[in-house]
This record gives sequence, C-alpha cells and structure tokens, in this order.
Amino acid sequence: MAKNRARATNKGGVTTVKAIISHPMETGLRKDKKSGKKIPAHFIEELTVSTGGNTVLTANWGPAVSKNPLLHFTYKGGKKGDKIIISWNDNKGVKDSIETAVK
Amino acid sequence: MKRRTLLKGSLGAGLAGIAAGAGLLSPQAVFAKWNKKAFTSKKVDDAVKKLLGSSSMANSGAIKITAPPIAENGAEVGITVQSSLPKVDSMSILVEKNGQPLAANFSMASNTNAFIRTRIKIGKTSNVHAVVRSDGKLFTAKREVKVTIGGCGG
Repeated sequence: MAKNRARATNKGGVTTVKAIISHPMETGLRKDKKSGKKIPAHFIEELTVSTGGNTVLTANWGPAVSKNPLLHFTYKGGKKGDKIIISWNDNKGVKDSIETAVK
Repeated sequence: MKRRTLLKGSLGAGLAGIAAGAGLLSPQAVFAKWNKKAFTSKKVDDAVKKLLGSSSMANSGAIKITAPPIAENGAEVGITVQSSLPKVDSMSILVEKNGQPLAANFSMASNTNAFIRTRIKIGKTSNVHAVVRSDGKLFTAKREVKVTIGGCGG
C-alpha cells in the first residue's frame, strides 16, 4: 500500500493543498480473478480538511473516486507553519487522518 | 457555511456533539453526512436533486472542466473543475454513463476557492458533468471523455 501523502504551500496569500490518500476505493463490482467472487465495496465516504479549527473543505465521495484518491484544492489565506489536518472515514467505519504544515 | 457544516457534523455523529460540548471539538470528528440516496441514484438529475435539493440547473460558461479528451485508463481520469462564479459553496462531479453517476461532492468554506482537482473512474465513454452552487443557485457544465479501457469492471 502506498503511504498517505499531503503537502501544502502558501504563495501570494493563497494556500494550495495536495494530498494522496492510500485507499483501495473498491466499487463492490469488481470480481476476484481467482475465486470469481465479488470484492466487497470499500471506499472513503467523508473527508474533511481543516486548519486552525476551521473547516476549509468537506468532501463526500462515492466508489467512483479512483484508488488512492488525489485531492487538490486551494483557499485564500493561511500562512507558513499552519497545521492542516485531513481526516476521513470509509464505508466500513475506518477512520484515518494525515497532518501537514503549510510551507 | 462553517456553521452549517458543524451543525450537520454534530447531528450526524454523536461523538462530534460530545466533543463539541466538552470544548474539545476535533476537526477529525466533523463530517458532512454521506448522502447514500444521492450516491446510489442512477441518473444525473436524480442524484443532483437528492444531493442538493433541486435539479434545476442553468448551463454556465463560467465553469471549466479540464479532463483528457481520451482516457487510456478509465480507472484513473484526472478531472479539474473550476469556476469564476461568485459565492461557490458546493461543487460536484458526475459521470453520466456510470451506473451511479455521482462521483464526488465538495463543500467549500467562504475562503475556499472554486477549484477542485481529483481522479475518478469512468466506465465507458461519457459526458462528465460539473454542478456548481453559486449564491444558492445551481449551474452546470459538461465535457465528454472518451474511454478506451473501462474503469469500473473487473
């Protein structure tokens, strides 16, 4: 499994956040090639990005988001050193998060 | 927007409510509640209505969808949606020909720009729709992506 990665940079008063989250994002439609059985759906449903106690982005995802999802967005404000927390939970109730500091 | 998100989060997750009450509000506990009905809808309009409360959308030239015209691998198609519309607080990506068109919905805070890039699965050649809520109204744009190898099957 790939590792979760997040990176945030501030330039000209705009903070750019890029993250790749390690997750299989199984649709529930795929079949195991050996057994022929369907692989159960396993995907991130909800994701939140916050900084300094403020939520800047929330996302609801379906299984059509690709494996190891990419998230890239920008917001006004922020400064170098700000802590950004990206947290998510999936359809199996698994929660995880990743933190990064704005560079 | 922030208030609404917090409200949804505390209604949806008991833990968030408790954490907020104790003054220990952790952003990790605040989520917009996942909308199963919208994500399992089979049609674009139906999914938009269940997600955003209305399927009344105006076509807009102020929404730009960047996507490869031909995707070699439908399992990973990079999509960028951006808009110059004012007061954007919600952006959604839907794939018309996918069994369940709604791929992703993003809710923006007031200081978050109307710009999202992600990667999605596209089963077969299809229009990709972007739905943007600006100042309470829905706007849409679409773009065709041709797929040579599908992204949803086995």
